[in-house]
Amino acid sequence: MSFESLKGRKILVHDMCLRDGMHAKREQISLAQMVKVATALDHAGVPMIQVTHGAGLGGNSIQHGFAPHTNEAYISAVAEAVTHTKISVLLIPGLGTMKELQSAHECGARSVHVATHCTEADTAQQHIAYGRKLGMDTSGFLMMAHLNSPEGLAAQARLMESYGAQTIFVTDSAGYMLPDDVHARVSALRAVLKPETEIGFHGHHNMGMGIANSLTAIAAGASRIDASVAGLGAGAGNTPLEVFVAVCERLGIETGCALFPLMDIAEEIILPMMDHMVRINREALTLGYAGVYSTFLLHAKRAEARYGVPARDILVELGRKKMIGGQEDMIEDTALTMAKERGIKVSHAA
Amino acid sequence: MTKIKCALIGSGNIGTDLIYKLRRSEYLEPVWMVGIDPASEGLKRAAAMGLKTTAEGVDGLLPHVLADHIQIAFDATSAYVHPENSAKLTALGVMMIDLTPAAIGPLCVPPVNLKQHTAKLEMNVNMISCAGQATIPMVAAVSRVQSVDYAEIVATLASKSIGPGTRANLDEFTYTTSDALVRVGGARRGKALAVINPAEPPMIMRNTVYCLTDDAPDEAKITESVLAMISDVQKYVPGYKLVNGPVFDGNRVAIFLEVAGLGDYLPTYAGNLDIMTAAATRTAEMFAEELLNGTLKLPQPQESLA
Repeated sequence: MSFESLKGRKILVHDMCLRDGMHAKREQISLAQMVKVATALDHAGVPMIQVTHGAGLGGNSIQHGFAPHTNEAYISAVAEAVTHTKISVLLIPGLGTMKELQSAHECGARSVHVATHCTEADTAQQHIAYGRKLGMDTSGFLMMAHLNSPEGLAAQARLMESYGAQTIFVTDSAGYMLPDDVHARVSALRAVLKPETEIGFHGHHNMGMGIANSLTAIAAGASRIDASVAGLGAGAGNTPLEVFVAVCERLGIETGCALFPLMDIAEEIILPMMDHMVRINREALTLGYAGVYSTFLLHAKRAEARYGVPARDILVELGRKKMIGGQEDMIEDTALTMAKERGIKVSHAA
Repeated sequence: MTKIKCALIGSGNIGTDLIYKLRRSEYLEPVWMVGIDPASEGLKRAAAMGLKTTAEGVDGLLPHVLADHIQIAFDATSAYVHPENSAKLTALGVMMIDLTPAAIGPLCVPPVNLKQHTAKLEMNVNMISCAGQATIPMVAAVSRVQSVDYAEIVATLASKSIGPGTRANLDEFTYTTSDALVRVGGARRGKALAVINPAEPPMIMRNTVYCLTDDAPDEAKITESVLAMISDVQKYVPGYKLVNGPVFDGNRVAIFLEVAGLGDYLPTYAGNLDIMTAAATRTAEMFAEELLNGTLKLPQPQESLA
């Protein structure tokens, strides 16, 4: 595959540090850190950044962890700090609601990813319609896209488009897809969606494919790329934004972002924020290899510490049981069941 | 033995499953199925099962209520049309069991508060949601031991078991269930999460219940209370099962449940459908029993509307 033909294409780069990165930080990014990162990204010309709890609006919960501040507080603080960058939020129906979308909008959010599992687009109808009603730039976000066929995914994309979504994202939540998988899915969407409907790609770097998959998506017709400075995100992180921008410069793809400042943000702001090195470690690679939701990583490690079942074994079992995003409760449940089966004594378990 | 005659409004998954449940009841008899689409599969199925049908909505049923002695109606339509359906039918002296998230009447979870509702004549009771029916008994089991500051539940449902109505109105499901964790479960604050999983073969309904207690949890008492409540629910939902827990982590109590259905209309994975229809049937039976033995009397229909 040659990417030479992409010269001159204009791409909207969308940073995920302050949303997907919340997962990697166990939801513990402070208000001051949010403002610092957002201000720096704004100065570096990043046109859009996502700001919320890792699980999006409504994410503060026992299931997904509690951030030190409300989504409203984060969004308001960032909205005050930035001048050009548009703020987006994530909304997963079943967790977040339209009430929360309304208050995010009041705080300054102007774009929304309405996210469903790749086969359940019809749970997003009211939220997509409401995003449009609020005048927000509204995307449908089809998660775990490797679990649906290209044709099946295209049909789901059409549903979201019919509800009013202006962009449809192919979302590789597990970091499982290889470039051919991405090409097939983005092409299938491009073939059925209206010409004015944009296509986006959201990658995870669990198999080291973040950049290659994003370029492949662009070649197949995508015009929006989710990425994250220094890759701060769930699993092995998102497509590293500064690397992606550097590759785009070499290929002549226009992002409007300033490369050197982004490199500095990665090195000087994001890297020191990391509690652990976001990299393709054993468990993150297991996610990509087995096709498991990237956010499960740290939950599985916590279950390992508590119940004595290796995180990799838990992740493989979750993949086998076809668990999807949002089922974080099943990590502890699966660890408890596996501990019982292996005769591991679990204190406090009835 | 005489049975109380019932109408089912809404010919989707819930309405159809209710036919099976009511036909097994000692006290209830399904007589009418109300739909809005003459070509719908649900109405054809109901007719084939011997029910009278109308495709003209509740208005198509009203002229027959008195002649056919309809005394209880189950509404499985949507939160948006339920208030009107309820107003029209209660005016004719029909008791409403509301299976939509409308919740205009008191919320009912049979093992927790059904007796309170039958003690006084409630003309409209709401069944909350499948997730509410599956999880509120557990919240109540903890809160009857000690005070619960916050209850959070996660319901995971098989994609094939969720009809278009629920899909299009997930927010209503969230609000109604969250509210009921407080009002019926007894927690001070509540939050409900729903996940729809498309795995094949379909996964059995799973529910996780988290409670944050104010003081350190009394592990022995909570475990005993939870096990007792599980067997109370099993009386009308045999597939209700504790998979793991209760596990205790500081003040957090976690309970992991599975709900398998009876496999009446949808296969056993659809425990969410079953627990809703079984709870509604049990609720109606309690009222029916009292109507039949004369301890409860429904009001006379208002002539002007009849």
